[in-house]
Amino acid sequence: MMTPFKSFDQMTAEDYAAIGLTCGLEVHQQLLTNRKLFCRCPAGRYGSDYDAEILRHMRPTLSELGEYDGTALMEKKTRKNIHYRVHRDTVCTYDIDDSPPFFPDPYAIDIALELSLLLGLGIVSEIHIARKQYLDGSIPAGFQRTAIIGVTGSIPYLDRRIGITQLSIEEDSCREVSDIGHDRIYLTDRLGMPLIEVVTDPDMHTPQELAEVCQVIRWLCRSTGKVRTGYGAAREDVNVSVEGGTRIEIKGVPQITRIPLLVYNEAIRQCALLHIRDTLKQRGITKDTLKCRTHDVTQALFRTPYGPIRKAVDRGHRVKCVTLNGFAGLLNYPTQEHTIFAKEFADRVRVIACLTKLPNMVHSDTASEQLTVRDWKSIRKRTQAGDNDALILVWGDEADATTACQEIILRAREATIGVPKDTRQAHKDGTTGFERVLPGAERMYPDTDLPPITIDADRLQRIRDQLSTPSWERQERYRTLNLPAETITPLSASPRANLFEKLIDNLHVDPVFAAVVFMQRFKRFRRDGLHPESLTDQQIHSVFAFHVQGKLTRRGVVRVFRTYLRATQHHHHDAIDIAQVIADLSTRSYTQDELIAIVTQTIEQIRTMAFPDSGARHRFVIGIIMREVGSVVESSRVLHLIGNMMIDHTRQDKQEEVA
Amino acid sequence: MVEDRLKGYRGTARTVISQYDVGIWSDVEIQATHGRFRGLILPRSETADDAHIVIKLKTGYNIGIAVATITNITEHGRREVQYKITEQEFPTDPNKPNITLFGTGGTIASRLDYRTGAVIPAFSPGELYGSVPELADACNLRTEKLYGVFSENMGPVQYIKLAEKIGEEIAKGVDGIVIGHGTDTMHHTAAILTFMVQRPPIPIIMVGSQRSSDRPSSDAALNLIKAVKVAAEGDFAEVLVCMFGPTSDHYDLLHRGTRVRKMHSSYRSAFRTISDIPLAMVDLHGIHQLRDDYRRRRTDRDVIINTAFEEKVTMVYYYPNMKPDIIDAIVEKGYRGIVIAGTGLGHINKPIYEAVKRATDKGVHIFMTVQTLWGYVQMYVYETGREIMELGVVPAANMLPEVAYMKLCWTLGQTDDRNEVRRIMLTPISDEITDREPYNGYLIFQGAIPEVQEFLRTIKR
Repeated sequence: MMTPFKSFDQMTAEDYAAIGLTCGLEVHQQLLTNRKLFCRCPAGRYGSDYDAEILRHMRPTLSELGEYDGTALMEKKTRKNIHYRVHRDTVCTYDIDDSPPFFPDPYAIDIALELSLLLGLGIVSEIHIARKQYLDGSIPAGFQRTAIIGVTGSIPYLDRRIGITQLSIEEDSCREVSDIGHDRIYLTDRLGMPLIEVVTDPDMHTPQELAEVCQVIRWLCRSTGKVRTGYGAAREDVNVSVEGGTRIEIKGVPQITRIPLLVYNEAIRQCALLHIRDTLKQRGITKDTLKCRTHDVTQALFRTPYGPIRKAVDRGHRVKCVTLNGFAGLLNYPTQEHTIFAKEFADRVRVIACLTKLPNMVHSDTASEQLTVRDWKSIRKRTQAGDNDALILVWGDEADATTACQEIILRAREATIGVPKDTRQAHKDGTTGFERVLPGAERMYPDTDLPPITIDADRLQRIRDQLSTPSWERQERYRTLNLPAETITPLSASPRANLFEKLIDNLHVDPVFAAVVFMQRFKRFRRDGLHPESLTDQQIHSVFAFHVQGKLTRRGVVRVFRTYLRATQHHHHDAIDIAQVIADLSTRSYTQDELIAIVTQTIEQIRTMAFPDSGARHRFVIGIIMREVGSVVESSRVLHLIGNMMIDHTRQDKQEEVA
Repeated sequence: MVEDRLKGYRGTARTVISQYDVGIWSDVEIQATHGRFRGLILPRSETADDAHIVIKLKTGYNIGIAVATITNITEHGRREVQYKITEQEFPTDPNKPNITLFGTGGTIASRLDYRTGAVIPAFSPGELYGSVPELADACNLRTEKLYGVFSENMGPVQYIKLAEKIGEEIAKGVDGIVIGHGTDTMHHTAAILTFMVQRPPIPIIMVGSQRSSDRPSSDAALNLIKAVKVAAEGDFAEVLVCMFGPTSDHYDLLHRGTRVRKMHSSYRSAFRTISDIPLAMVDLHGIHQLRDDYRRRRTDRDVIINTAFEEKVTMVYYYPNMKPDIIDAIVEKGYRGIVIAGTGLGHINKPIYEAVKRATDKGVHIFMTVQTLWGYVQMYVYETGREIMELGVVPAANMLPEVAYMKLCWTLGQTDDRNEVRRIMLTPISDEITDREPYNGYLIFQGAIPEVQEFLRTIKR
């Protein structure tokens, strides 16, 4: 079936406006601290090696408001054994929930306060630590400790402002290793590391806008120099809804570039689900008239040639069939790119009934491909299903197969209502899959293990005093300075941004030159295996000071850094003094006569060498000379000399030839 | 009621809240010097300061706002929240055993109190069934809340009433008793109940939790399910403690009430049988006996309840440089019994010999136990030990210090006769003194040793 929607590339802002796309973001960013948030384990040590395993189960509890959370009930149905792999270097008894928390890392809270101020948030006076339930086991306690630092702020985007709902600080969760059947395995190395979550208002209306706003927040975080970078250090949850749809949360997108396609797919999925609902309505099927039946059809399939069912039957498993009255044809309806409505059911069966081995179901809309005509005939006879009914078959042990049937019926019921409240996982191909039921505010508890933490005025003032300019303000200024376009954003978010501004404001260094050194030359150094981040601001400042005094050329500046970084590569930094490097490279200045002598000598040396043309000869000569004097003599001066002298020499050569 | 609307608030915060004519459960917008905040005013913990108002944001988070920064509060309505535990009628089945669950204040199934952040135990059978429906698989349940105290506040009054209540339930014909108890002093209560309730015909199972039941990872429900299972189906007729074996959700261990001790402040697997092995492992599938020298369940109701208790008994944890005046002060205050936790095989230093002598001469009963917890008192090995015995100190074999303390209270409640006290103390009622310490009764593994690491890696514990 052709997709009823325009492709991702063809969609315009108007198209998105027509379907009423609204999206928001939750940006999770790990903080660069030495320790974990609520214990003294080191942060940022990753490894899949483990010492021991611990087994737990999660049991839903009543929330503070006396209600069970939807997610809680779902996770209870899955009956998962949760296995934690722990290593003694990264995990303590706190992480495995065998010890109460320690007071949260004050430095992490300082970073969160700094970011809250940059986002223009109202800062809370007292931090109340909450427990946010996660029954998937991703945190051994069954809840994440989290606390609000600031609420209600905004950031600029194009010609408008994007609302920031809140910023919270929280502990990171486990990394999932596998989730097969009733067993889920987690690694605990990442567990407990401090991160912040920045939540935006639902102010974005195209996938591209969402990605761009995410970039703004990401660069702001990075501009502090106090956040972790690298794969997985920043992860986004994306909230998407269309007109008539539901707010759907896509969890843990690790790269911003993947956001737009995910949003597109989620938007068309919601449109498709609404279309399916309307079609069902036209067929007279609503949540009140919906009829579903379940039958055990194991008997009918004893001799099926279809491998997966055959194997299940041999193993003594049951095959069950859910008849969805009037659903015929709909299971093939496209919901996302390369995805059909039937996957909504298959996902539920996989996640909730723990039937994780795929394929985990077959349905009557793809009749010919899997089961034989005879199989279907036999099933239809047994279930007394009509031509307008869709059939879904699942197989597994009695308990799982029963859960699967119940879930299929629940999902069918939701189809008559519209878009169910899911949390969805981001697939690599840009589509999303069911992860769990969207949790509500019911999953929040106050943490009874720690008292509220007062943010006193002095602390806040200290952070305010040291606050850097927000990256978007810097970017605006850099644009007026005509910096190379590709340097503007990264420089504005760089920890060197303050130094950069000091150099151009106080020393009057050429902004473009400084930006090129910081962004391009340093990048080149890194490619060559050097570590420019080891240079202190003071060292960099001293080198530029020589430059503005005319004692070092631009080439000389770069050369000093390179020479120093090479020399310190294998030594302790204290062993080598950057002032000495500067002194070595700028010991002498050259008089005009000395320069002429060097140029003459060089031209003489290469006289007998062959070059394809005079331009190449020219460049070769310049190269040799600049290598010798470039640190202290500007290239323009050398160029001028060479220009004149080469012409003289060429003339001389010609005369000699004639002679 | 105005009083209720300001629950937990005092001082400045109370004044400010009243000034804007709002109260708890008011849905408010608060304008402060450093931001605008919208949420529901919550009651405040009574131990917290009077400088902040707590509100619950729409997202479910709580935050505190300094009253000094507040410039305005607007009320948008009120929304009172009730704590309610889903209550469902506990099913009864005439074919299932009848179990009585006594509550003493430990958190078994619970809900949270906004005001103090404290955990309120869910306790009626209906509440319990709502939280832990598995209980109905094993029994018909009757519950009775005796006290609501933290376990450190348990004392003679509570022990005596508990023992009497147990006697009544046994007489009524119940098939098993479960006692929910805070974990801190669970082993003290287990010991004293063993002495006060002798020859019970049914299992008396003590249970608690190391992680409160308001958390999804709690051990409470699992401990309770297993304890009820043992009370209903177990063949034991003793006071036992039923708590997590490993930290993993695997099985509980059944410990004899006189040999068990809480050995970690927070681990799930804190309870350990000392100098002996536990009676059984219990998981959701059944009870796996580890030994068969236990008292069997009987159909008769011939229990002996003896609630004697002398309060003037103390315990002295010996340390080097202990001065004699400590002992003198105890005697002076009228104490009639002292349990010493001595070093090594049961030693104290010479300077306090005289004070000990003065005490025994005055008729104070002194028993020696060991701080090492594992192993026996043996006062013949060293000269010191023999000297101490000559002062009238009686070695208490391998009785745990807390158990010796409870037994001495109970003994002195019955007699003051030196020989009789000695006889009762040294005649074991339920393994508080054992004839032998099995080689696997002392196992404290050290981490990082290769074979231990191998064990930890392969066995979930």
